[in-house]
Amino acid sequence: MNLFLDGIAWIFDPAHLNGPGGIWVRIGEQLSYTFGAVALAAIIAIPLGLWIGHTGRGRDVAVLTSGGLRALPSLGLLIIFALAIGIGFKAPLLAFVILAIPSLLSGAYAGVEAVDRRTVDAARAQGMTEWQVLTKVELPLGLPLLIGGIRSGVLQVVATATLAYFASGGALGVFINDGLKTRDYAELIGASIIVTVLALLLEGIFALLQRLFVPRGVTAGRISDVRSRPLRPRAVVGSPIQEGK
Amino acid sequence: MNWVVNNLGLIWSLTLDHIALAVPPIILGFLISIPIGWVANRYHASRGVLLTISGLLYTVPSLPLFIALPAILGTGILDPVNVVVGLTIYAVALMVRSVADALAAVDSGVRQAATAMGYSGWQGFWQVEFPLAGPVLLAGLRVVSVSTVSLVSIGSVIGVSSLGYLFLNGLQRNIVAEVISGIVATLVIAIVFDLILVAVGRILLPWAKADPSARQTRRRTAERALTGTVTS
Amino acid sequence: MFTALKKGRIAALGVIAVSAAVALAGCSSGSSPLDAGSTSTGSAAAGTIVIGSQSYYSNEIIAEIYAQALEANGQTVTRKFNIGQRDAYLPALASGEVTLFPEYSGNLLQFYDKSTAAVSADDVYAALKTAVPANLEVLEQSAAADQDSYNVTKAFADANGVTSIADLAKVSNVTLGGNAELATRPYGPPGLLSTYNVTVGFTPIDDSAGPLTLKALLDNTIQVANIYSADPSIGENNLVTLTDPKNLFLASNVVPLINKDAATPEVTDVINKVDAALTTEDLVKMNGESTTDQKSSADIAKEWLDGKKLF
Repeated sequence: MNLFLDGIAWIFDPAHLNGPGGIWVRIGEQLSYTFGAVALAAIIAIPLGLWIGHTGRGRDVAVLTSGGLRALPSLGLLIIFALAIGIGFKAPLLAFVILAIPSLLSGAYAGVEAVDRRTVDAARAQGMTEWQVLTKVELPLGLPLLIGGIRSGVLQVVATATLAYFASGGALGVFINDGLKTRDYAELIGASIIVTVLALLLEGIFALLQRLFVPRGVTAGRISDVRSRPLRPRAVVGSPIQEGK
Repeated sequence: MNWVVNNLGLIWSLTLDHIALAVPPIILGFLISIPIGWVANRYHASRGVLLTISGLLYTVPSLPLFIALPAILGTGILDPVNVVVGLTIYAVALMVRSVADALAAVDSGVRQAATAMGYSGWQGFWQVEFPLAGPVLLAGLRVVSVSTVSLVSIGSVIGVSSLGYLFLNGLQRNIVAEVISGIVATLVIAIVFDLILVAVGRILLPWAKADPSARQTRRRTAERALTGTVTS
Repeated sequence: MFTALKKGRIAALGVIAVSAAVALAGCSSGSSPLDAGSTSTGSAAAGTIVIGSQSYYSNEIIAEIYAQALEANGQTVTRKFNIGQRDAYLPALASGEVTLFPEYSGNLLQFYDKSTAAVSADDVYAALKTAVPANLEVLEQSAAADQDSYNVTKAFADANGVTSIADLAKVSNVTLGGNAELATRPYGPPGLLSTYNVTVGFTPIDDSAGPLTLKALLDNTIQVANIYSADPSIGENNLVTLTDPKNLFLASNVVPLINKDAATPEVTDVINKVDAALTTEDLVKMNGESTTDQKSSADIAKEWLDGKKLF
């Protein structure tokens, strides 16, 4: 517990907070990696995931690829990129983009797939084009899972961005490495607390987003639909796609 | 590539080190998660709390955790136990949610039928609920397995031998083949573990393939576990 | 449906779980990394020398030489290589988790005594003998030296007329690159300022003067790099090692650091014989074999021992 208090004290020491290389700067770097990597990953993974979910094509390949990418050790990737590109922010960013892709990809295709096929057929029957089906039906209904995928990618990157220091890429890992090398446990624990708090804040923000952006009546992604069917059908209000699971 | 051929012995022994560090957290994580997940599923009020705590554990960055554990556990700074305990914590963090979801996915009608047939709560859990939850548990376990295998490397930063050694040593000596061989060996372990888990599932859960509607639920639950999007 | 779930399957599950647990117990009492758990609480088992090395390939080569030399003389050796930096492994040595470690005299002395006035190899060694903690001791130091040094590219040296560290005061906006801990070392930026009145920026590059540091220097991302003097890349890339007239860097020779419990004559005689035979040229050559020829530390150590015919 003392270590923990030392860590807190380390964080709030003004000498550590401000200036170039201070805590604020490192937090900024940590968040830049997080949002930068997730944004780049989103550009690649979301359209691909939506296409896979919509057409059903390439699903097995996508499952395999995202499974394989998940198993890639970030440290190894980062080092490979650093050896190729040199020091700076680019090598870590690239490694983190690859880290974020599986979550976003599976979030996107699982989101579209989770939409009840009958709802989609009904949309087609009403004369919607494929593009309209995707953007007006599948995307809004699959949004909870898609946002969930983004949330999961963001959390992974924010926790892993501490490794950027291996390529002299800054971020909060600088303190962790310093603390490790000089056995300054206060610095080590302090920096870890910041990373954990950042992750929790982002988690909270995304939980909120998931609530805000889900159209009323959409329950895909909520636990209720993986629960078993009740013995007698419940009176379902406002969740028309609940049946048939 | 020459480097790989000349160092197959090293790669192999590090691979064994890596496996020895990865297996205990996967099994321990699974065993520890079952009672926690059961409580989360059984008592609705505890669900949010338990799942939030386990989610919180997963956000603790791994490197500092490995370093802080000796101070907490009283272990030596180079003790592999630190890595095993750290990875077990992550495994539990991931697995509790899967266990809770898996048990929730068991048809309540089946549960009631078991009670009606005279199963006690304990019997009912182990002989009916737990086996029926098997497929979703397996899906969660596969995620835990992949994530654990890839996290083990970080242990090398604090001097616990694993394939991560090849990353750090390859970096210093500028041998790209060494770093790549570490990545490939990690991937191979992850794939082999996954195949083993799938095979174990086929042997122990033969009914898993029989019921298509159950399979769909299972697949979706598994995917949600992967994307971490099941909200409580 | 329930018939399929009968006890047979539960039993099968149980059998698998139990056999996995047994297999694990086997792992933890067998070889593999888990066996170190038994050595962590106290000193290593009698008769086993636990040799550590820094996560620096050159240090690992020396550790491997020690290991093979001891094995050739009938000792049992456990290798715990790649243990971070000094701040991480010295506590392990003191606790007996590791018993023998190849060290560098000057750097080690500065770790224990930041304000030391010793400069020459002999003075450093004499000071080091009294500076190490009571349960550790240093064996005889080798003539082989591998110390921190500041290096610039030939182009930078020519353009700015820089040959000594003192000359850096004439150049503005100089950035130094090296391992993160250099930032707080006495010969790092603080020492540069107090000893030479040179102000530099600092970029931490954590590859122990490896390819990232070199690339950054050649790209002019950093202008001065801390590279160990036995690193073959200095010669290969025509780098200029800045002279150090005010002795910012202490002489740093290879010196074994040993836990007193393990310092039996059978062990110390072997190690002292190895150190007497090791030269700086040997180090540079062996380092090159590791980075350029990509040989393993075990092969390099074996070749060196075979060549010296010590045992």
